[in-house]
Amino acid sequence: MNRITLDLWVGVFVAIGLGALLFLALKVGNLASTNTGETYVLKANFDNIGGLKVRAPVKSAGVVVGRVGDIRLDSDRYEAVVTMNVSSQFKFPRDTFAKIRTSGLLGEQYIGLAVGGDTEVLKPGEAVKKTESAMVLEDLVGQFLFDKAAEGKDKK
Amino acid sequence: MLDRTTSALRGLGHRVTSRIWRLGFASRFFLATLLYSGTSFRRFFLTVREIYFTGVQSLIIILVSGLFVGMVLGLQGYDTLQRYGSSEALGILVALSLVRELGPVVSALLFASRAGSAITAEIGLMKATEQLSAMEMMAVNPIARVVAPRFWAGVISMPLLAALFSAMGIFGGYLVGVVLIGVDEGSFWSQMQASVDFREDIVNGVIKSVVFGIVVSWIAVFEGYDSEPTAEGVSGATTRTVVTSSLAILAADFILTAFMFRGA
Repeated sequence: MNRITLDLWVGVFVAIGLGALLFLALKVGNLASTNTGETYVLKANFDNIGGLKVRAPVKSAGVVVGRVGDIRLDSDRYEAVVTMNVSSQFKFPRDTFAKIRTSGLLGEQYIGLAVGGDTEVLKPGEAVKKTESAMVLEDLVGQFLFDKAAEGKDKK
Repeated sequence: MLDRTTSALRGLGHRVTSRIWRLGFASRFFLATLLYSGTSFRRFFLTVREIYFTGVQSLIIILVSGLFVGMVLGLQGYDTLQRYGSSEALGILVALSLVRELGPVVSALLFASRAGSAITAEIGLMKATEQLSAMEMMAVNPIARVVAPRFWAGVISMPLLAALFSAMGIFGGYLVGVVLIGVDEGSFWSQMQASVDFREDIVNGVIKSVVFGIVVSWIAVFEGYDSEPTAEGVSGATTRTVVTSSLAILAADFILTAFMFRGA
């Protein structure tokens, strides 16, 4: 086999190999859709974050506007401090409500931002004041049993 | 009685020390390969020629087995997922299992048996027919001229082959899942894109395949270079290449996975 055919075949091989990598990156992965644009930081304190993880999406009206950057425990108040990296093109009013929600019945957990009506917007680094913790199944069941017991007492 | 015990112990000790000696020699050989790899880049045609033999000629087996592995994943994954009413997640299952694990590992195993054994046999036969000694006589360093180009060709080919395997497997999963069974095409791709992360999953898969490429090529060239210069020695070395590199791939895969995906 002469040198030119050899080079041709190896060139074809490298080209389709790199093409496969590109296919994986763009079509299979989320390289194209991750906006590497500017972000700013918002914080929120939660009593309980449930199963929220770092890199979980932050959504407003169902649209992904950012990602969870960091989760820590505030050892003074024993609350979870969640740092969110929100895309700079979105501004949120100061009375925005941050809720931990689950997508679907078994899906991953995310932070939903419900927008209020305040005219002033949250500045970078500020904390969202109003938060709603994750739904914990055991607490819900406990609450339900407690309510049932109270109901029974009322009837007597 | 005592004699037999001591001789058994001596045999064990001899086997352990010879293994350790071989490991040391292999490490020294690896460093020498790296040290003399200048030639394989300066005269790049040497490496290109080896890429043709290791990479291009492995294409068919990699593409066909990737397609079948993906198709099997599509069938099996659909069968399990539809019990939980989440057959749309088939795209995630196929893509993640291929990109993270099966792509790098299975293509490395195939590469070890398809190309690694060939490299060992070739170098072993060169040694048996005293071509390597002849090169030394002509003041040509056989490590720079024969070993290093084959090593680098393996390291370059491996990630490309693994990417092709994964891409082909995802196409196979698409064929079975979407075309044959009828999973919704939009959710197949969009759910896949939503949960496959470029850095976490794809780059880590590529890193894995580069490591496997280094391991397989190192073992293959070393076994060839270290083989006994007889027909029997070469056949033994070829077998050892496939066995050792398969084990090394799986062990390295466990270590790398433990580093990369700890489930944060």
